[in-house]
Amino acid sequence: MIEFRGVTKQYPDGTLAIEHVDIVIQPRTITVLVGSSGSGKTTLLRMINRMVDPTSGQVLVDGTDVATVDPVRLRRSIGYVMQNGGLLPHRRIVDNVATVPLLRGVAKSAARARSLELLDTVGLDRGLADKYPRQLSGGQQQRVGVARALAADPNILLMDEPFGAVDPIVRLELQTELRRLQSALDKTVVFVTHDIDEAFALADQMVILRTGGIVAQIGTPAEVLAHPADDFVASFIGADRGQRRLRLQPRDPASGRIVVVDSAGRPAGLIEDDHASIGDGASPDVKAS
Amino acid sequence: MNLFIDAFAWIFDPANWVAGAQSPLPIQDRLAEHLLYTFVAVLIAALIALPLGFYIGHTGKGRQFVISFTGGMRALPTLGVLFFLTMVLGYSMVSTTANFLGTMIALVLLAIPSILAGAYSGLESVDRQTIDSARASGMTELQILVKVEIPLSLPLIVGGLRSGVLQVIATVVIASYVGLGGLGRIIASGIGLNDYNRILGGAILITALALLVDGVFAVIQRLTATPGVGGPADTGRSAVRRQAQRQPATVGTPNQERE
Repeated sequence: MIEFRGVTKQYPDGTLAIEHVDIVIQPRTITVLVGSSGSGKTTLLRMINRMVDPTSGQVLVDGTDVATVDPVRLRRSIGYVMQNGGLLPHRRIVDNVATVPLLRGVAKSAARARSLELLDTVGLDRGLADKYPRQLSGGQQQRVGVARALAADPNILLMDEPFGAVDPIVRLELQTELRRLQSALDKTVVFVTHDIDEAFALADQMVILRTGGIVAQIGTPAEVLAHPADDFVASFIGADRGQRRLRLQPRDPASGRIVVVDSAGRPAGLIEDDHASIGDGASPDVKAS
Repeated sequence: MNLFIDAFAWIFDPANWVAGAQSPLPIQDRLAEHLLYTFVAVLIAALIALPLGFYIGHTGKGRQFVISFTGGMRALPTLGVLFFLTMVLGYSMVSTTANFLGTMIALVLLAIPSILAGAYSGLESVDRQTIDSARASGMTELQILVKVEIPLSLPLIVGGLRSGVLQVIATVVIASYVGLGGLGRIIASGIGLNDYNRILGGAILITALALLVDGVFAVIQRLTATPGVGGPADTGRSAVRRQAQRQPATVGTPNQERE
């Protein structure tokens, strides 16, 4: 469990990056920190592995205040994935993945063997092991970044806009993959993004931040959709523009399917099971296309 | 052209290479001295400039001060420094020691700016994200320096050394003004004897030596380019100079919010 208790970050020039934040992150869930630029979401994430120290308040991991843990040891026990993978360009893929085990003093051959297994885990061909990061596509580099973060078998995985630099199709693929990995490996994932759709796609719990590092709302995607805390959240998730307001069209006589459309009448998806009981209006489980 | 042919003839005249020939001959002794002075001066300069450059490049501290300071050092006339030092040092020690020490200090001062610029600009050229990611993975600051920053900036670091070595090789000539050896002795004695072959021959030897050493460094630079990182497009002395002259950009500390 990760807990933020009254966390504030003020820079020496007086700017408040984070203002009195309280968040509880349950183990083995995906929590998405979402907000626009300057909302402090990355700063919050980086407080967990002490890349940033709060000016006041505490960050606790499994009940231990991280401020009392040596940062290097702490970071080696927490996986970190960043945009573009953040790989070391002068090392081969297999050595990149083995970075943390090697730092921890694992024997080279054992670390290599583990790296190869991890390439399988993240769905990469072992043939890529001896290539350099530059020779891989953006999506592949991103997978290597995930494999590297998993190498030390951490309980916590921090992901800082990891899929920001890949094209939408690959991003979707990586999101699906992340959900699969998370449920298979039972990791606690904290994920930062500015893309609200990505947040909806991944989150068990979402934390919506507004400029100045203030928490606007915390809740499950369904809760956030159903009850936006305020106008800011409503506008941020697109509810005020009707993008999330879906309704059902009458059954198409030719195909017998029910089409879901948004408030502008643009088709947004199909109802999978015609016999499902449908309440008043759309439920958040309807998958937007 | 005749002048050059005569000069080359002088260089290749076996009589000038006979051991025990009258000073400033034989040539190989002067060549060896020249290289020795260069090596010692650059070694001392590197021992001072590399750690300092790594410190500045890694922490971003003191950058402004060092840029203006080394800029000033580049403008120092080495010959003036040499005479000044031998005079000052001459008060407190034997003149031969004073001359040697003065020459070495002057040459070290000459080599420091290039090596320093190569080291810190090399480290600054490393992608901030790569360093940030290495730190987030749990590398200590020393591990970041040794395993990430130095390997990735090696071509620029070697470029700084290359530039420093070249300047020193060309300038060791002045050692002959205070009675030390090196190829400068050949030129000086040529001037004394009005022997143009000897003057030009000495100059050609220095040029050839400089080109040869530069070539060696070019090869080293190519070899140090890490395999995973692009071609040698932006390495070499010109890149070091460009970076050294570049106005300081705001370099964010890794702890700052990236957004």
